[in-house]
Amino acid sequence: MQMTFTQQMITIAVVALGTALTRFLPFLVFPAGRPTPAYVQYLGKVLPPAVFGLLVVYCLKDVSVLTGSHGIPELVCIAVVVLLHLWKRQMLLSIAGGTVCYMLLVQNVSFFAK
Amino acid sequence: MREKGKLRRALQAAFPHTIPIFAGFCFLGLTYGIYMRVSGFEFWYPMLMSLLIFAGSVEFITVNMLLGAFHPLQALAITLMVNARHLFYGLSMLDRYRGNGPKDIYLIYGMCDESFSINYAAEIPEDVDKGWFLFFVTLLNHFYWVLGATLGGLSGSLLHFNLEGLEFVMTAMFVVIFLEQWRKEKEHTSALAGLGVSLLCLAVFGADHFILPAMAVMLGVLTLLRKRLEKGGGVKCR
Repeated sequence: MQMTFTQQMITIAVVALGTALTRFLPFLVFPAGRPTPAYVQYLGKVLPPAVFGLLVVYCLKDVSVLTGSHGIPELVCIAVVVLLHLWKRQMLLSIAGGTVCYMLLVQNVSFFAK
Repeated sequence: MREKGKLRRALQAAFPHTIPIFAGFCFLGLTYGIYMRVSGFEFWYPMLMSLLIFAGSVEFITVNMLLGAFHPLQALAITLMVNARHLFYGLSMLDRYRGNGPKDIYLIYGMCDESFSINYAAEIPEDVDKGWFLFFVTLLNHFYWVLGATLGGLSGSLLHFNLEGLEFVMTAMFVVIFLEQWRKEKEHTSALAGLGVSLLCLAVFGADHFILPAMAVMLGVLTLLRKRLEKGGGVKCR
């Protein structure tokens, strides 16, 4: 059953509003005028490192360790990123180096091809 | 005149931070636009959706929703679940995304994974206006995403370059931000908990369902460790 044009626009609006809600909610629940509870302030400070860990894993969520290339290109290139970054500490260099390495691996090594 | 100079300095300071996003978003936006096009939508669908929704993963999911039957409540439920991680971003930005005037509304509206990460981790130079820096990072990222999605919707197929693997630029960026954050911490409990819990939940619940349980477990772990982390001085913001 095909959606009508109006139904499509409603669906897009619902997704847009739902997304905005997840972004605005903390700011609405803890408004600027009132002091934010100590527990929430604590969370605001300790959550980010955990969230960055979550984001790294989130990027890798579709990598299969058991089949295909076994996640080897990802592992190798993350190592490249980490080493480059520990060595030079140039953000863009570390990112570019790891990405170029990854592209070379998946494009040229047939075992790693997707 | 001085206002103009302030804007330019903020833009100049913000732009280098967004270069990896330029590569990543143009590419991912392109694939998203192409995906919509081959699914039978005109180019202005990905353009409109990337502009209004500005959240990559849920936009891909919305394509499938648009092809199915009309279920607005289900669409809302899926959106809230996929995007629940934004709640954590908001809690972390309660201070930074306030006091910048009307820009705050756009900053929060455009708080995707990448804009949040850059704006949280960036050390903004003293002579650069904080509000405009945050604003330009968000605006540039938004622009790259809409640009990629629109071009993809127009072209309908990948260009001649072989760009396979370019999506790794996002992974690399989050790894670097994680490392930078790690360097600033006295104590790594939260970072390790984030990695460990996410991996564990990914293994147990699978790629499509691990985020909510991971968030819940993280919240639980960090709540239980509150006394220790606050006493140990490990809690240090930026």
